Amino acid sequence: MADVIKKATRESYGEALKELAEECDKLVVLDADLAEATKTVMFKKAYPERFFDCGIAEANMMGVAAGLAASGKIPFASSFAMFAAGRAFEIVRNSIGYPHLNVKIGATHAGISVGEDGATHQCNEDIALMRTIPGMTIINPADGVEAKAAVKAAAAYEGPVYLRFGRLATPIFNDEATYKFEIGKGIELKSGTDVTIIATGLMVNESVEAAKMLEAEGISARVINIHTIKPLDRDIVCKAAKETGLIITAEEHSVIGGLGSAVAEAVSECCPVPVVKIGVNDEFGHSGPAADLLKEFGLCRENIAEKTKEAVKKFK
Amino acid sequence: MDSTIKKQLGKTAVNVRKGIIEGTFNAKSGHPGGSLSIADLLTYLYSVKMNVNPADPDMKERDRLVLSKGHTAPALYSVLAEKGFFPKDELKSLRHIGALLQGHPCIHIPGVDMSSGSLGQGISVACGMALAGKLDNADYKVYTILGDGEIEEGQVWEAAMFAAHYKLDNLLAVVDNNGLQIDGKISEVCSPEPITDKFAAFGWHVITMDAHDFESIEKAFDEAEKISGKPVVIVQKSVKGKGVSFMEDKCSWHGTAPNKEQYDQAMAELDARLEELK
Repeated sequence: MADVIKKATRESYGEALKELAEECDKLVVLDADLAEATKTVMFKKAYPERFFDCGIAEANMMGVAAGLAASGKIPFASSFAMFAAGRAFEIVRNSIGYPHLNVKIGATHAGISVGEDGATHQCNEDIALMRTIPGMTIINPADGVEAKAAVKAAAAYEGPVYLRFGRLATPIFNDEATYKFEIGKGIELKSGTDVTIIATGLMVNESVEAAKMLEAEGISARVINIHTIKPLDRDIVCKAAKETGLIITAEEHSVIGGLGSAVAEAVSECCPVPVVKIGVNDEFGHSGPAADLLKEFGLCRENIAEKTKEAVKKFK
Repeated sequence: MDSTIKKQLGKTAVNVRKGIIEGTFNAKSGHPGGSLSIADLLTYLYSVKMNVNPADPDMKERDRLVLSKGHTAPALYSVLAEKGFFPKDELKSLRHIGALLQGHPCIHIPGVDMSSGSLGQGISVACGMALAGKLDNADYKVYTILGDGEIEEGQVWEAAMFAAHYKLDNLLAVVDNNGLQIDGKISEVCSPEPITDKFAAFGWHVITMDAHDFESIEKAFDEAEKISGKPVVIVQKSVKGKGVSFMEDKCSWHGTAPNKEQYDQAMAELDARLEELK
């Protein structure tokens, strides 16, 4: 078996910003005293004149980003998801979303895989919050290759974008040479006829692995990667509902308001079939190594396979 | 100040005030008190200071203004209408369904540089615009107007710190110090005073002026012009409801529209003032 290369999507975010800077002179990067952690430090070192540390003041940072965008710049404003989407929510809504300004929010350390820092920093609510803002695009890349492509696509796109990255190094499964990213277009990674697992972020690779386990037990599971949660690729979701009749969603986010909710909302309108949501249930996380937490909270291939088997038994 | 210019500014300011009364009366809602207290300031800015072009509202090199105290949109709309960004008749449909003029400033309205209204946010946006100006070596200036109650918002001080740190001397903030907020006197609600000392401590150059005296306004802006290396704040001592006798210095006129009788009286007072300035 070939060695699996692991990389955190935040790492790819930093790299992509640096690569973009050359061709995009409107690009500026803001951070709130977390450049080392969000990886915007890579950009900071290469282009210090276009990097602005706002200090520990996320609300102001989002407003500054709005002003830069209103004056023709393409600002990437970075912090942890908890503060970018949580603390600064109302500024993102009113100063960025309402005027529909061209601000890119690079939110790292999303989800439970933040690990040891515990519940205060494990943001499982950001997708839900951002989804409610009209005109906001939300992208949650599944690996380093996709993350890099997503950053570049976001920079080329006119309008506010929320990019969600993780702290934990996770397997690279996309091939950089052939990978194509399109905002709002889901990707079918594996065909299947009995059930469809729709996943986002680090749960995509886990879902592919779960589907392999299910295959061995005679269950044919389709796997779809939804990197863009908003606007949701309703076509690929509704087609899966029609053709497989059962959907499992998998995300490292609360089961309230995230990918699972978005999929259920779409499916209930176009082809009502059961939707079983895997994610963080209505509870806070706690400290621990990321890998252990992911297992404990059921955000792993074993649990996806288990829940899918149960659902197939119950609904099919 | 040249007496002809002073008289002209005085007339424009009265017309701006009439627009505020027209707008809030027809809307049956809105915020006349704090709008009237910045009428002279906005008149001065848009008549004397700001490089703007009604025929090309998005002109790249234009000076920008973010009305951080966005609830006083009637004042901004009225001055923009005076300037010719849109017909004055639009003021009559302020806040109506399908109208151009929203309850709070909206970026899509000609001449409005930023949506605002959620207090404390506009100054941050103005910082971003000023920073962009620095990056582009542009000549434009960015103005932002805050309420004295508004500066109770923590984000204002995040922005104040940022502006001084990045030496945004192309940014000029005005704090409209009329001393009143919704729940009462600012000194009694949760005092943000001393305002001048606070901004000075945050690294700003601080100027004070009489908000209703064009000579004082001119002097303040002349001083501001000479400052480099730091942002400037002008704390203007103003009267809420200024220009309409029964609204002056009354907290209750923060967010109440005049009824027909009050509208008629306000308009009569303002018309009389116009006559005086003839």
